[in-house]
Amino acid sequence: MSTVETATDISTFTVDISDEAIEDLRRRITTARWPTKEVVDDDTQGVQTKMLQELVRYWAEEYDFGRLEARLNELPQFITEIDGVDIHFIHVKSEHENALPIIITHGWPGSIIEMLGIIGPLTDPTSYGGTEADAFDVVIPSIPGYGFSGEPTEAGWDSARIGKAWAELMSRLGYTSYVAQGGDQGAGVTDAMGRQAPDGLVGVHFNFLDAVPKELLMAALNIRLAFSGDERDELSKVIAVVMRGYIAEMGEHPQTIGYSLVDSPIGLAAWMLDHDADSYGKISRAFLEGQASGNLTRDEILDNITLYWLTGTGASTSRLYWETGRAGKASLKDPPPHVRIPVAYTVFPQELFQAPRHWVKSAYHDLIYYNEAEKGGHFAAWEEPEIFAAEMRAAFETLRDEGSAS
Amino acid sequence: MSTVQTDIQTFQIDIPEEKLADLRRRISATRWPTKELVDDRSQGVQLEALQALARYWETDYDWRKAEAKLNALPQFTTEIDGIEIHFIHVKSEHENALPLIMTHGWPGSVIELLETIGPLTDPTAHGGTEDDAFHLVLPSVPGYGFSGEPAERGWWAGRVAQAWPQLMNSLGYTRYVAQGGDVGAAVTDAMGRIAPQGLVGIHTNLLVPALGGSPMPGNTDEEKAALAQAGEFNTSGRGYFLEQATRPQTIGYALLDSPVAMAAWMLDHDTDSYYKIAKAFVDDQPTGNLTKDHILDNITTYWLTGTGASAARSYWESGQAQAAAAAAGQTPPAVGTEVVGFTAFPGEIFVAPRTWVELGYPNLTYYNKAAKGGHFAAWEEPEIFTTEVRACFESLR
Repeated sequence: MSTVETATDISTFTVDISDEAIEDLRRRITTARWPTKEVVDDDTQGVQTKMLQELVRYWAEEYDFGRLEARLNELPQFITEIDGVDIHFIHVKSEHENALPIIITHGWPGSIIEMLGIIGPLTDPTSYGGTEADAFDVVIPSIPGYGFSGEPTEAGWDSARIGKAWAELMSRLGYTSYVAQGGDQGAGVTDAMGRQAPDGLVGVHFNFLDAVPKELLMAALNIRLAFSGDERDELSKVIAVVMRGYIAEMGEHPQTIGYSLVDSPIGLAAWMLDHDADSYGKISRAFLEGQASGNLTRDEILDNITLYWLTGTGASTSRLYWETGRAGKASLKDPPPHVRIPVAYTVFPQELFQAPRHWVKSAYHDLIYYNEAEKGGHFAAWEEPEIFAAEMRAAFETLRDEGSAS
Repeated sequence: MSTVQTDIQTFQIDIPEEKLADLRRRISATRWPTKELVDDRSQGVQLEALQALARYWETDYDWRKAEAKLNALPQFTTEIDGIEIHFIHVKSEHENALPLIMTHGWPGSVIELLETIGPLTDPTAHGGTEDDAFHLVLPSVPGYGFSGEPAERGWWAGRVAQAWPQLMNSLGYTRYVAQGGDVGAAVTDAMGRIAPQGLVGIHTNLLVPALGGSPMPGNTDEEKAALAQAGEFNTSGRGYFLEQATRPQTIGYALLDSPVAMAAWMLDHDTDSYYKIAKAFVDDQPTGNLTKDHILDNITTYWLTGTGASAARSYWESGQAQAAAAAAGQTPPAVGTEVVGFTAFPGEIFVAPRTWVELGYPNLTYYNKAAKGGHFAAWEEPEIFTTEVRACFESLR
């Protein structure tokens, strides 16, 4: 790595998982106490027993517990302390000199695992159907409380604070002109960065509309705003997101559900799989029918769940929702500044809701790119890395002229 | 008993030692999260409280005492509507005792009602007179405790409300009353609306009509206070409710597999009861009858019967039934029993003013505010609770 990094308290990081931790996990999986089957024939009561039992069988019998460590250790990983918390990140520089630096933030129930498949296409475009001019230097941090980052030991680590830490991280890496990207909770962090507009941040891309749901929910209470039929459909999907049990529980009492997520592997797996109907259906088919959707294979899914388990971060990851809820309430009184830097947006067809262009435009005035991708859901980067990478290339194409440095 | 039918069997609990050893093993192998980042309940069940509970549960708690207590009571099972119903049935020695069926809630069980058995069935030994006596029936809701688990959809509170009159009839009771809090209040409310033959009165201690349907008024100070309490619950305490009402199976896996996960989920019900229970474990200062052993009798019953998922499903069923009724534009019939009573306990999620109760029950015949007690009123303050039940049903004697 460059000398800049060693000079600013950045240490290399290697994942080292003990055999004992894996044995303990395997023991817990095989001695799980199961409830009776749901009393419906679909997923309307939650994660189905047949599906979870197949996942657990594969986890205990076929999954290679060494692969998580091996995959991560193939990549350049680092740790640096920012604002009192150890930040773990993957940093892959492109061989191409004018690569555009990008910081990509995962969400929940995701992790850096969701982003591994896009590293190749982004940093090495010429091997993936692109040109030199498409290259990115990629920074993929673990959110505080997630994966191999440290856990905050005080309240206050909301999206805005994470956004500030990311700007510091990029600055420590010597990047003076870079872009940021995020979906899910990563969209919240990236939105905050856009509002903070730190020196060097020249544009942002989202594949989830973090800003608009809040504003739309407020607007929905205001009858002056009429919505067309289509929009009402999308709006009802937005409201359905907020009405999810997992969001309510993690937003209100993350510690309570945290006990399950840290003590029971099947409790953790079920809670993580029960995110949205589209991804659940896809993951379910991967396990029950052996038919993965894109890159959402059994091993990929289990890499992510195993990472949550081994790092014991079920409670600390949940606390981000609590922080988000607090920050959301505070922002009603004290709204953050608008995003004035360029914004790019991709709608994936199976995302929780498909934000129409003018929703995005109303939240982000300088919308330089809006596109509807042909495939992909909530975990777009994970599921369809090539399509996602193509979106990154197109989204930021016009920002490259402004130059990048490292 | 004149008409006890042959299909009612006596019931005894006998948990194999192996199951208790497995429970202790799981508790001791708990993998704990880091401590919450706040100094109160605002992030959920606090680590210190749950660790104190787990320590006591693993080392000092004795399930066999609870088992012996239950087995000393006349317990039975009988099949109703395809489900094996477990119930405690204690007859008073007083001839003119009024039969009463009381329904527990979630995260409760028959355990929460045990200390009311003495005062209700044997009033002369508990500050009352012969005229205060009840014959008491305490069933376990399907999917809870020692009752069977529904294996098909449809067992919402309204269906339980149809099963209970059958139970009372099979016990030979032709004139009886019903009582409930929490889920038990929903069952009792539904019984009042169905108004089966023989049911002459109901009493509840959670205002079910305020939970769905049209919003309650906030004109008086009392109403405003109740609205604020309900609002607080809706913004900081609805997670478990929403999860169980929409995804009971998902949370069910943790409730079956991890004792501490289940204990945390059960403790995280409402602010008042949470702090009372936390104080019992952390400071060894129980409130009323909410002692460490009693709390763990209830939690251990859920664990040993493995009913975390099936109990959670009862929320899903009621959610489905409510949504269907709302979609059909149905308003339930008014409660038609002779006596309709309500007691507001001061620590309940919201303290329902008389005006609200009258909106839900236009024929209200009894309303009182108790001096003490919270969501688990019968459990916490059995004597006060008993006084309320006696007073409510007095006119039926």
